[in-house]
Amino acid sequence: MTTRIRRLLIANRGEIAARVIRTCRRLGIESVLAASDADTESLPARLADRVVRLGPANAAQSYLDPAAVVRAAQAVEADAVHPGYGFLSENPSLARACATAGIVFVGPAPESLEAVGDKLTARSHAVAAGLPVVPGGEAADLAGAQEVAAEVGYPLLVKAVGGGGGRGMKLVAGPDDLAHTLDLAVSEAAAAFGDPRVYLERFVSSGRHVEVQILGDGARAVALGDRDCSVQRRYQKLFEEAPAPLLPDALRAEMAAAALALAEHLHYRGLGTVELLVDRERGSFYFLEMNARIQVEHPVTEMVTGLDLVAEQLAVAEGLPLGLRQEDVVLTGHAVECRINAEDAALGFRPSPGRIHRVVLPVGEGLRVDTHVQGGSVVPPYYDSLLAKLIVHGTDRDDAVARARAALDLLRIEGVTTTVPVHRALLADPEFAAGGVDTTFFERFLDSQLVGAR
Amino acid sequence: MELTPDDVRDVLRALDSSGLQELHLELADLTLTVRREGAAGWTAEQQVTRAPQVEQAAAPAAAAEAPAPAAEVGEGLVAVHPPLLGTFYRAPQPGAPPFVDIGDEVGTETVVGIVETMKMMTPVHAGVRGTVVEFRLGNGEFADADAVLLVVEPA
Repeated sequence: MTTRIRRLLIANRGEIAARVIRTCRRLGIESVLAASDADTESLPARLADRVVRLGPANAAQSYLDPAAVVRAAQAVEADAVHPGYGFLSENPSLARACATAGIVFVGPAPESLEAVGDKLTARSHAVAAGLPVVPGGEAADLAGAQEVAAEVGYPLLVKAVGGGGGRGMKLVAGPDDLAHTLDLAVSEAAAAFGDPRVYLERFVSSGRHVEVQILGDGARAVALGDRDCSVQRRYQKLFEEAPAPLLPDALRAEMAAAALALAEHLHYRGLGTVELLVDRERGSFYFLEMNARIQVEHPVTEMVTGLDLVAEQLAVAEGLPLGLRQEDVVLTGHAVECRINAEDAALGFRPSPGRIHRVVLPVGEGLRVDTHVQGGSVVPPYYDSLLAKLIVHGTDRDDAVARARAALDLLRIEGVTTTVPVHRALLADPEFAAGGVDTTFFERFLDSQLVGAR
Repeated sequence: MELTPDDVRDVLRALDSSGLQELHLELADLTLTVRREGAAGWTAEQQVTRAPQVEQAAAPAAAAEAPAPAAEVGEGLVAVHPPLLGTFYRAPQPGAPPFVDIGDEVGTETVVGIVETMKMMTPVHAGVRGTVVEFRLGNGEFADADAVLLVVEPA
């Protein structure tokens, strides 16, 4: 069954809201922004065709409240809800509530969201689909943990089942630390995630974070290339690129095939990202998790594929079959993305909310800035610190990085402190320029740099 | 009307073949200044000026929060302010005991709460040695940068 989307409620904020509105305009879909009280004057609110109040500034009562989102969608008679990323984007209760209300949820089926929503379930699906996983397993008590540890060896990681984004993860160097760390991890997991379950995993000392973008229609899926997101600080990505540099062709092909196998196993409908850990020493890869939504870093894939991923996402949400075959996916050149955050790197990346006085952006061929701010915008303290994404497409990686450096020099976001100086220093670093850094690189880079505030 | 990045690129193509250094456009709901930055390329400064009209969903609007009372503390007492604005939490996690309570003794480095700003948690230190005599802000309440979180009687 297909449902034509004519009016779309965007249940999100920030740059992704502005991004979805842009595709709506191009496709002739009416956009309605569901905004919290902190966002009713924001740039996305000015760009959307209509704005509906979602709730108070506190996200728990607005962007994180499925009932409020459905109420807003019903109030404006929207055909569909686009959840963006973060907030309720992977929340099965919103997907189900939309279905009950007869509204299209722009995302995978609730069953898919549940299948990949927790790490252990996702891992079991990955195993069933034939993907390699990091050796490890669940441990209910110390004896169980010792058993798993004997199999995977030390060092190992204890991870909270309910964790994610680096939260609830602890390193165990050797057998003497196991009992203590396990106790700590279980009690912290119970307190932080309401779920005391933990599992143990081999620690990969030099790993790259590489992910494969997929798109499925429930029957068939295509892989839209890979991205490297290894430049991270405290598990938060700062810089992404497509394709992942310096990967052997055979490994890249195996990763794409693995991602497709998982998508097909799940009968996946929607945009999704299969996150993989590439072990630099062993030259192998393991399944990490699957993100069942559009991601912050989707523009680098758009730049190298020439596709509008939001439009593709809306089409499969309407129930249309994929318009793409795998052979239609042709990658051109190299794209990089710098995430510009309202943070002060000189003060330990301290957040910098406030009023922006002026925004001047580089423009031209192969340049794109996705942002939700302009001169006069207020950056509220309630949400994340992402201000803008500078995305640059070049003929190859060196070209893209060189052009990104030039573009950064032209970019001005005045009034709050931003991470632009960090990106300038990063793009000038020789190890980074060589490509293929691992996930420990960025902290080492910061230690070696004196990154001044702008 | 909104200009898309493609529209701006079309403007640039026209400008590239001209000798113009700068172009300023004013439309009903938008201003745009495109500027040539020497050999480095072009920049754009855009202002969408349309004021949004906000519709109400079915739920009633929450009552507006009353402004916080003036941040005065008594003579000889010390106010503890947040390190930056954000949501003030008195305990490390929901259900946990508070970092400190009324009557507790604190030192300059004692953590008396945390402030969440843009998803980042920053500890609040007492900054003074003494006894906690009053809390001005409850758990989960929003603190402006000049808010008084709690009051300490110096030792």
